[in-house]
Amino acid sequence: MNSVSKRFGEKEVLKTLSLDILSGEFLTLLGESGSGKTTLLRLVAGFEQPTSGEIWMSGARLDTLPPYRRRVNTVFQHYALFPHLNVRENVAYGLRANGAPKSEIASRVADTLMMVRMEEFADAKPMRLSGGQQQRVALARALINRPELLLLDEPLSALDANLRKEMQRELKSLQREVGITFLFVTHDQEEAMALSDRIALLRDGALEQVATPREIYAHPATAYCAQFIGQTNLLRGSISSGIADMGSLTFSCTGPSGPAVFSLRPESILLAANAPQISGPVRFRGAIRRQIYTGASELLEVQSNLGLLLRVRVPACGPLSGEHEFVFSASDAICVKESL
Amino acid sequence: MSASANTRRSPFLAVYSALVFAFIYLPIVVLVVYSFNRDGVGGFPPQHFTFDWYSRLFADSSIWDSVLNSLIVAAGAVGLSLTFGLLAALALDRTDFPGKGIFRRLVLLPLILPGIITGLSLLMFVVFVRLQLSLVTVFLGHGTALISVATIELFAGLQKMDRRQEEASLDLGATPWQTFWRVTLPNLKLSLIAAGLLIFTLSMDEIAVTFFLIGRDNTLPLEIWGRLRRGITPEINAISTLILLVSILLIVIWYRLRMRSEAQ
Amino acid sequence: MYSKTYKLFVSLPPILWVALFLLVPYALMFAHSLWSVQNGNIVHHWNLQNYSELLKNPIYLEVLFRTMRIAAGVTLLSLFLGYPLAYYLSFHAGPRKELLYQLVIVPLWVSYLVRGYAWKTILGSDGVLNGFLQYLHITREPVGFLLYSPFAVVLMLTHIYTPFVFLPIYASLEHIPRALVEASHDLGAGQRTTFFRVILPLSMPGLLAGATFAFVLSLGDFLAPLLVGGPSGTMIANIVQSLFGAAYDWPLGAAISVCILCFTIGLLFLAEILEKRWSFE
Repeated sequence: MNSVSKRFGEKEVLKTLSLDILSGEFLTLLGESGSGKTTLLRLVAGFEQPTSGEIWMSGARLDTLPPYRRRVNTVFQHYALFPHLNVRENVAYGLRANGAPKSEIASRVADTLMMVRMEEFADAKPMRLSGGQQQRVALARALINRPELLLLDEPLSALDANLRKEMQRELKSLQREVGITFLFVTHDQEEAMALSDRIALLRDGALEQVATPREIYAHPATAYCAQFIGQTNLLRGSISSGIADMGSLTFSCTGPSGPAVFSLRPESILLAANAPQISGPVRFRGAIRRQIYTGASELLEVQSNLGLLLRVRVPACGPLSGEHEFVFSASDAICVKESL
Repeated sequence: MSASANTRRSPFLAVYSALVFAFIYLPIVVLVVYSFNRDGVGGFPPQHFTFDWYSRLFADSSIWDSVLNSLIVAAGAVGLSLTFGLLAALALDRTDFPGKGIFRRLVLLPLILPGIITGLSLLMFVVFVRLQLSLVTVFLGHGTALISVATIELFAGLQKMDRRQEEASLDLGATPWQTFWRVTLPNLKLSLIAAGLLIFTLSMDEIAVTFFLIGRDNTLPLEIWGRLRRGITPEINAISTLILLVSILLIVIWYRLRMRSEAQ
Repeated sequence: MYSKTYKLFVSLPPILWVALFLLVPYALMFAHSLWSVQNGNIVHHWNLQNYSELLKNPIYLEVLFRTMRIAAGVTLLSLFLGYPLAYYLSFHAGPRKELLYQLVIVPLWVSYLVRGYAWKTILGSDGVLNGFLQYLHITREPVGFLLYSPFAVVLMLTHIYTPFVFLPIYASLEHIPRALVEASHDLGAGQRTTFFRVILPLSMPGLLAGATFAFVLSLGDFLAPLLVGGPSGTMIANIVQSLFGAAYDWPLGAAISVCILCFTIGLLFLAEILEKRWSFE
């Protein structure tokens, strides 16, 4: 996508963004509602036209083609299965529309249904299927056409939590098996982290960061990225001559002088009593205001003795109270931009 | 949803639709235009604009007598249809009894049954019970034919209503009777008004059933019908134009009500 | 949630009304059809002569077939006019959709009689259409067949029933989720294929409802023939009407009416079965 923007009347939904999707990758468009991620997907599918910019695929111009001529298929959010056709006919729809011979259709439908494990439901009508089953049919219907790019519009958002996790696993292994490029849209950052080769984080129509999950987590580009993906503590202050001054905390860092924001993940902060030797230690004392037990770990709300409120995640250790000493490594404080 | 500009929008369809619209409106336009034509109906082009026909219309007392009769019958039909239609809608929505399916089909039958059948069957009934043909029999005919309209509209309104409001009312100590008046009916207000307007209009225009149940007093459509048999005069264009204007007024009212209900 | 008294109170009055004003009259009509007329009086002499008369006398069959042809013509024409209009409004009209919808409804509120009368003034030898054609020198003499013919009846009834056919079709089309149309395009089907394989099948319930309505009501119409039909445009309901009028033979008229009633009920049953087969929700 080259400098693509989209405006609906007065409202600018996508602001001149460019994005490259690599062949065979699982790329997730992540963002809140209103971030423009679904609009971007629809531009690639062909249901909307970009106000400016171009979309190319495999060396050919894509945005000038109508949806039915693009080698792109979509799995819709509510599946959009044809209610008057049974599963087999739904899956065969694309092949029939393109005039494939009947024998070829029959065998490919059978194979694809087996791939999504829906072969026993071939004669059922969509309204008789559960959400998860409908989703698999929708997948089969799209994949059977062997598109160059598969678009998935929040396909798992209508499923309950356990089914969701299971479908996430299935989707991931399916993508690896089939090798088709997936462009996946979701607002759920955990889902994005679990599934993606790369994540493109969108905010108000612009790309905040495009990177692998590990990269985004460890080195968020902006304060928004740091907060949207996982949890973090944002420390604001300034750097002068290699020393970061966050008011009550100071530590050395590389970085230009001036105002700065740092992202410090809760799990980077340790109880000094339990901490092994770490490089560049930064210590502070704090009182535990709240403790939330989450099974494998504790999430502590700590008020440092100089007024800073921080979130700390430690392994489960039983109820704590009062003042404790905490420590973190200065290298875990990542300098991020306030905004784009 | 904005359609992709790539999917060609054939202008042919738009032109065709415009032609269909023209076909639907042509007679109405002709009617209105020629009600102002001095030389009467027919010929082309119309010349000599005049209000003559309208003034003759206003002096015509038998027309206005029939209008009054129609209004009386229509008011009665609205009352009767809404009452029985509401009960029927409630029965269909909330009760179950053997033969409910047949009951439902019978209630809705007059909608699609040609008016002549409804009219004739009622005529035979009226003769059987030795009732005189009059506005009363017309009123009974309209009521019977139009209960189905009320039932459909009110049933739809009941379905859209949130049942839990009634449950809340009962939970808070109101009796079923109070619940009906304070919760159910207000929720149906818009359906009742819409149904009422529709029944009123249909009753004012009803001919087929009325044809066989009419006594000495004419309703407006039958008065017009009688004159048509005797010959065409633009006076009829004039009254038709007036009817059109009233209908449009009623539509605007109905439209405003629907907009308000949707805003809620 | 509803007590027995509530349910009784709510269902008894309408049931009684239906029984008294629908069932009893239909039963009476059926009874009349089995009686006969002698010397200007109705005689309660039970027989099936009326029905055999209908089958034997070629006049009745001829008028019946003409009526069927007219009704079929009206239905088909109304569909040809109403369906594309509904499709255009639903899929191509965009923000003007609501306004255009109201514009289609407006003529429905204009009196049937008024609209029929309007056609009379348009189609007559001295009518507007002939005047228009002569004014443009397309014809030099009035065209005769326009009025007082089956053609005029079909034209008038089509005009009446096109909005009635439009309504359920439009409702059906609006009911189709737009995502299905997008899905069809996404899978490679163009506009035409999408229409025939997705939109048309899903609009069948509305189409069926509209067509049934137009057909049955055209079949039983007696006013249009009286206004614009002339002798060649007489329909079966006119025969019934005259049998209850000047021709005074109530039993025979009742017999034809019973046939129309049974035909309507049969058609409705058929429509219900088809609707169940074609409904997908």
